[in-house]
Amino acid sequence: MDRLGVTLGLGAGALVVAGLWMGLVQAPPDAVQGEVQRIMYLHVPSILTAYLAFTVVLVSSIGYLVRGTRGWDRLAHASAEVGVVFTAITLFTGAIWGKPTWGVWWTWDARLTGTAVLFMVYLGYLMLRSVVEDQDRAGRYAAVVGILGFFDMIFTHMAVEWFRTLHQPSSLQRGTIDTALKLPLNVNLLAFVVLYAYFLARRLRLAALDEAVEARDLGE
Amino acid sequence: MRGRNRQILIGGLVILAGIGYLIWTGTQQALVYFYTPSEIQAKEGERMGKRIRLGGLVVEGSLTHAPETLGYTFQLTDGGARIPVRFKGIPPDLFKEGAGAIVEGQMGPDGVFDADLIMAKHNEEYRPPSGDRPSPQELYRSLIKRERS
Repeated sequence: MDRLGVTLGLGAGALVVAGLWMGLVQAPPDAVQGEVQRIMYLHVPSILTAYLAFTVVLVSSIGYLVRGTRGWDRLAHASAEVGVVFTAITLFTGAIWGKPTWGVWWTWDARLTGTAVLFMVYLGYLMLRSVVEDQDRAGRYAAVVGILGFFDMIFTHMAVEWFRTLHQPSSLQRGTIDTALKLPLNVNLLAFVVLYAYFLARRLRLAALDEAVEARDLGE
Repeated sequence: MRGRNRQILIGGLVILAGIGYLIWTGTQQALVYFYTPSEIQAKEGERMGKRIRLGGLVVEGSLTHAPETLGYTFQLTDGGARIPVRFKGIPPDLFKEGAGAIVEGQMGPDGVFDADLIMAKHNEEYRPPSGDRPSPQELYRSLIKRERS
């Protein structure tokens, strides 16, 4: 477990450094937006990683409701926490990217609104967990939110296809990104996924230790 | 325990109210984030005086700029209708002829859209600059060189 954590941490660190170098130095600027487009290398990987995190929340929430074992609940909790962090990074980098390109930090179009709701749903998920004292009840309540939140994620992702928005559609999905810019994006995406795995492993270990301490205190 | 339950209830209500508000504002303005020029033209009277968003492409050759008043006039089109727009202020850098733009404001009585906010709408295409024009990096380097010499 610990060796896995260290390996993931070193791997994530190396990949993030490589990704930043590729995104900030090696990649050419965008023809239309110029240098400011480079923020894509943080913005897109962070939301895709958040999608991954919330998908893990969905699967482990269902797992917990079906099996009722602590492992599933810990996985859902840990993944939701990491997902919230990556969603926050997405919102911040999006605002920083929006001002120089669109001219506004924020606007209430369907994609941006959906992302804000996504952030709040999983923040609510974490709050719900911390206010319900009984561990199993907290896990069950949270699992319901964790499953419902997934639908907002789908809505948010598809909003740019379904509705008129200021936000442009997905370049990766439409294949409208040049290879010279796509390779750095893929490296950064890999870096963020490994970073997610590292955070998740650390958070799971912390949760296991937490529960062990609690069990020992109750035993005494 | 009772105080705890009340905390949960209040917390839950605050979250529900927040989500409800976002969904309400969302369905009010986000699902139809902007109207097209054709839609504006078809129902001009209906939306007169209401604060709305209008989105389209800036018609080539329609953009005029008065530097002393920061005034801009241009037309937005969706291929069909064209709506003239008036704006005073500083538009975003990506705002130019032939590019996408969304403006906020209201239809004036003279049929000109009074905008107080311009947002540039870019598409999902990303590519390196083509060879015939210098990239921003090259431009930057050439600036440095000129300063030094």
